[in-house]
Amino acid sequence: MSQSPDAWPLWEVFVRSKNGLAHKHSGSLHAPDAETALKSARDVYTRRSEGVSIWVIPSSAVVASSPDEREPLFAPSDDKPYRHPTFYDIPDEVGHM
Amino acid sequence: MGEEISLEHRFQAYVDADNKVEPKDWMPEKYRKTMIRQISQHAHSEVVGMLPEANWITRAPSLRSKLILLAKVQDEGGHGLYLYSAAETLGISREELLDDLLAGRAKYSSIFNYPTLSWADMGAVGWLVDGAAIANQVMLCRTSYGPYARAMVRICKEESFHQRQGYEIMMHLAAGTPDQKAMAQDALNRWWWPSLMMFGPPDDQSPNTAQSMAWRIKRKTNDELRQEFVDKTVPQVEFLGLQVPDSDLKWNEARGHYDFGPIDWEEFFQVVGGNGPCNKERLAARQKAHDDGMWVREAALAHAKKRAAASAASNDLKTSAA
Ligand SMILES: [Fe+2]
Ligand SMILES: [Fe+2]
Repeated sequence: MSQSPDAWPLWEVFVRSKNGLAHKHSGSLHAPDAETALKSARDVYTRRSEGVSIWVIPSSAVVASSPDEREPLFAPSDDKPYRHPTFYDIPDEVGHM
Repeated sequence: MGEEISLEHRFQAYVDADNKVEPKDWMPEKYRKTMIRQISQHAHSEVVGMLPEANWITRAPSLRSKLILLAKVQDEGGHGLYLYSAAETLGISREELLDDLLAGRAKYSSIFNYPTLSWADMGAVGWLVDGAAIANQVMLCRTSYGPYARAMVRICKEESFHQRQGYEIMMHLAAGTPDQKAMAQDALNRWWWPSLMMFGPPDDQSPNTAQSMAWRIKRKTNDELRQEFVDKTVPQVEFLGLQVPDSDLKWNEARGHYDFGPIDWEEFFQVVGGNGPCNKERLAARQKAHDDGMWVREAALAHAKKRAAASAASNDLKTSAA
């Protein structure tokens, strides 16, 4: 279950596929340092022109919400239909809005 | 205990509705263990699978074919990495996974314990072995464990060139001199049956299939996948003008499928059990690569620690100067 202290740390890799789009999570890899992580990410996740820019982030730096909190975190937005445009009846004559 | 049962019920309902399970979600311990075993076996197969093909990189007949083979083998290394990463999301470390492989405790696809004897084998392997792997992997793109499914989607995108480059090699040989055509036929003869075995034992001898189907880890049974593969591949053999090495093979109009002869499961279990032609050689090659790379791993880590210490010291200096 545990990694020895001599194991290379884990990094999360995010790739921007082209300018104008956000970086998106591609996967992860082990590397001794950030520079090597970037180089390995290039080799592993962009072999077919998948990207123009890469971020690598130590996996240990990711703070994630817990699945147990799904209800309290995300349920409150389910009962607010007035945040969606379809909640409002606007006659067709008004045109696109 | 009661709570555990209701959690399991909820989990079953959740996967029944085609929802994906993500790493931090609750899952039955047996699901976690099954996923770790399946994903890591798959990862090991990608990694060990590089060996039979690497055998031919330096002897590829042209620069073009050498570049293609290198790219394919490099892809397989990447596939291993995607899969190890997916397995690690379940709480097992990369080191443990590699230890299991090197110690001979872990399984990998038995097909990679067969030797690659001629250049035609690069054709047959890409076409049949990658072809069989693709059939399985396309199904697994919809598997219930999210990280595994995502790795499969990426892998499937990369795989289709593997099969096509293999078939191209077979096309060239089959259209070549009589000797070249004979080489292609010989490769087909040797790889056909082991490729059919890749889908695993028949359904009535595959104890884990029912649970895997229930958890939506698998979507099709071994026999279903095998039949699909045969149906798809026989016309490809005919196009090459080669013969499937199976005298029982014939189209069954009523079933709408090809009937094929019995598979030698004794051979399969021998190879899985460690007695295939190359089992020892493959593990020895993996062990050697691991040992030879040791100094690189250690040096990289020492370098990273030294640089981290140096940058921490220079930050301290800056802080105290300010
Ligand atoms: Fe692969
Ligand atoms: Fe492949």
